[in-house]
Amino acid sequence: MSVETKTLDEVTIRFAGDSGDGMQITGSQFTSTSAVMGNDLSTLPDYPAEIRAPQGTLGGVSGFQIHFGSTAINTPGDMCDVLVAMNAAALKVNLRGLVDGGVIIVNTDGFNDKNLRSAGYDESPLSNGSLSKYQVFPVDISKLTELALADMNLSSKVVDRTKNFFALGMMYWMFNRQVENTVEWLKMKFAKKPEIVESNIRVLKAGWNYAETVDIFTVRYDVKPAKLKAGRYRNLTGNSAVALGLVAAAEKAKLDLFLGSYPITPASEILHDLSGYKNFGVKTFQAEDEIAAIASAIGASFGGALAVTTTSGPGLALKTEAVGLAVMTELPLVIVNVQRGGPSTGLPTKTEQADLLQALYGRNGESPVPVLAASTPSDCFYMAFEAARIALKYMTPVFLLTDGYLGNGSEPWLVPTEAELPDISKPFRTNPENFQPYERDDETFAREWAIPGTPGLEHRIGGLEKKNKAGSISYDPENHDLMIRIRAEKVERIANDIPLAKVDGDESGDLLVIGWGGTYGAIRTAVEKRRADGKSVSHLHLKYINPMPKNIGEILPKFKKILVPEINLGQLIKVLREKFLVDAIGYNVVAGLPFKSTEIEQKIEELLGGL
Amino acid sequence: MGKLVDDVVTQAEHASVKYVAKDFASDQEVRWCPGCGDYSILAQMQRIMPDMNIPREKIVFVSGIGCSSRFPYYMNTYGIHSIHGRATAIASGLKMARPDLMVWVITGDGDGLSIGGNHMIHLMRRNVDLNVVMFNNQIYGLTKGQYSPTSEFGKVTKSTPQGSIDYPFNPAALALGSSCAFVARTLDREPKHLQYVLKRAAEFKGTSYVEVYQNCNVFNDGAFFQFTEKETKDDSVVYLEHGKPLVFGKNKDKGIKLDGFSPVVVSLTDGMHSINDLLIHNEKDSTLAFIMANMTYNAALPRPVGIFQAIERPTYDGEMSKQIDATISKRGRGSLDKLFASGDTWMIQ
Repeated sequence: MSVETKTLDEVTIRFAGDSGDGMQITGSQFTSTSAVMGNDLSTLPDYPAEIRAPQGTLGGVSGFQIHFGSTAINTPGDMCDVLVAMNAAALKVNLRGLVDGGVIIVNTDGFNDKNLRSAGYDESPLSNGSLSKYQVFPVDISKLTELALADMNLSSKVVDRTKNFFALGMMYWMFNRQVENTVEWLKMKFAKKPEIVESNIRVLKAGWNYAETVDIFTVRYDVKPAKLKAGRYRNLTGNSAVALGLVAAAEKAKLDLFLGSYPITPASEILHDLSGYKNFGVKTFQAEDEIAAIASAIGASFGGALAVTTTSGPGLALKTEAVGLAVMTELPLVIVNVQRGGPSTGLPTKTEQADLLQALYGRNGESPVPVLAASTPSDCFYMAFEAARIALKYMTPVFLLTDGYLGNGSEPWLVPTEAELPDISKPFRTNPENFQPYERDDETFAREWAIPGTPGLEHRIGGLEKKNKAGSISYDPENHDLMIRIRAEKVERIANDIPLAKVDGDESGDLLVIGWGGTYGAIRTAVEKRRADGKSVSHLHLKYINPMPKNIGEILPKFKKILVPEINLGQLIKVLREKFLVDAIGYNVVAGLPFKSTEIEQKIEELLGGL
Repeated sequence: MGKLVDDVVTQAEHASVKYVAKDFASDQEVRWCPGCGDYSILAQMQRIMPDMNIPREKIVFVSGIGCSSRFPYYMNTYGIHSIHGRATAIASGLKMARPDLMVWVITGDGDGLSIGGNHMIHLMRRNVDLNVVMFNNQIYGLTKGQYSPTSEFGKVTKSTPQGSIDYPFNPAALALGSSCAFVARTLDREPKHLQYVLKRAAEFKGTSYVEVYQNCNVFNDGAFFQFTEKETKDDSVVYLEHGKPLVFGKNKDKGIKLDGFSPVVVSLTDGMHSINDLLIHNEKDSTLAFIMANMTYNAALPRPVGIFQAIERPTYDGEMSKQIDATISKRGRGSLDKLFASGDTWMIQ
């Protein structure tokens, strides 16, 4: 039987199985191979909060989605074209994300009576016709894996844990990818366990050969390399990018990096990554709680380190008082919030953008803090670097907002060189003559950084109101009013030092879509598609939310309507309305999931239809 | 410590240190209530500082909130007057970043044992090389007279008009239970002993914890008079001295001996016991330290004062620096270009 090869510009596939089925590894291997083949891509892991939910249940389904193509890829894909389901629960959970007519590859062994019951199916969806609108390929992956390893004398547990690579092998065949990249990875990763290397390679090839030999698949797909800028690339998650950006900032500031952190989903990977960078002098401190984490960072900052604390929403709530101390003592500090679903414990492994107002306003007193937001996983690198630059230059705590989607999602990162990054070092104060702890730079309003160990600069700082310049305690009413205004002005002046906002698309028109943070890819894709259809719509993505770029007020009046999609009930929109008196329209869904570009497209259509 | 910090610290010309106590007094007017026990603690601290032989600029005092936490303003060193309960955590971060500094934490029974209790116990088990001075006045002074976690059961205060129904912490036992390496108790009205204990705490490598009984003459006057006033103190306090028997009493006529694991008071004049029967204090014996700390609220026993325990072990900040040094000597100082290009990378032509 002849196999037809179709060329696709882009495709989205999703691997789904039980949380013990190795779906994250399968997905990241497919990603790595596709990256090496030159595709642009974006990925999103989707795992349950429970480490091991009961086997076969809906709560235990772990998924990994990858969107790759020969064109620019901005999101992990709204809907998948191909679903690999290792059991009944994985099928049930993920079916609604599959396009009509999409391909389903199922492991039939995962559809026994017990699996069906755990997934809440009364009868097998494989035999009752309920999947008739899809192309279903049932394969007994477990059995075939067993056969491939029959002579290796492995325990049934080890065999079972290999079956994901059978599925991976089939997908490599279907999308015309070579197995070599994964073979090399196995050899490196399990160098000390030759049995694991051997069994996985065998099963991977068995999957590939099975698809090649057995007459079930009639179509293979070819996805050509994308036109990416030349250079070295690396697939990077947002959390890893933050860690790299912070190390880079410390090096370029000629300071040691100090991280005070308390483990919290989905931010812990930043702590893990940084604790591996001791050869850069990075000090990581896993504190007893969120408060001690930020407090230790403030102490380190007083001592002259580039100090950082990383957390997610509930952790930030605990840190709040200490953020105020950093504002008052005017010490540099980077606070990374990898946002997750809230309120309270909320949805720890899901994404959300509902901590913006907390970052802007969630403190006692007039407590201005710069707020930055990364827009893509690789942008997390640059925004972490930028947060550190601003913190050091302006002697202030700075919030960097990312989210669970950016933190765990990945995309190819064009690897920079150290030489491309700016020097952000700033000398400490050493001259004791006329030293006043709260004397300021005329331009930036930043006070000088004088660290313990410097003779003649002994001084005391703290949370009580400071006398202007002298820094001693002051209860004077006029002084308090003055200091409140000075601290606000200092943060406002950062606007002189950040890039002007740039509109993607025409600089005037019917509709401007304004986003911030992790919704970049979905908005970008939606706007581009509508523009391709001739619609007058542009996109503005804010990476600096406090202060905002100075030209926002000039951009907004050039559009008839303004749409602000956010994964919250309308937080940036409040700020825009307040600052610019603009009648912006919100699009808000708070489902713990990233936006689909199609839903934003629909909203754009709805608004432009009325013009 | 980072190149810029190195430049400042190592290139600095530190004063050849011949200080006197008043070199450590800042230009700030001291604003505790007249008669407050804090004055004595400040004076003793300033008195021992010249003996430390450490340049003033290498010393930092960190405090939280409360009357005692004003302390850093009055020391002519570096200092942070921070937020309630967090001084221990802030000082820990500072010491980790800057192991070259001598860092003190000034706290009280509210700041250190109530709102900051969690950080305190974790500091102790971690053994960061800090010196903690906990001013225990058994009352909330700055908020004008509520009971504290060391106030006695039944204490009548503004917030407990019918008497407190909270049991107090025994700070020394809490510290020992938290694996604190150096645990001591002293008194604001015994300046010589206070100086001795502060000095020992400063010299000790690791977390040193000094509880100071401090009189709040406005909201809890006389809380410790039994242990500090002439008429009663000799019979009410037993001083712990390393290698010496536990003797007390106006005429040194009483002692503590162990009956099983329980300390009991014996007379040295009734012919039944001699000094040879008494418990010998040993700072290196943590079991003994627990027994003596637990004498604290036992009305039949004198109040133990002195150094309960001084057992050095590797410090957290020291181990942290060691791991970094070992990594750098093994792998070399990191290069950003190598770091960026590590992991799975690929070239696009």
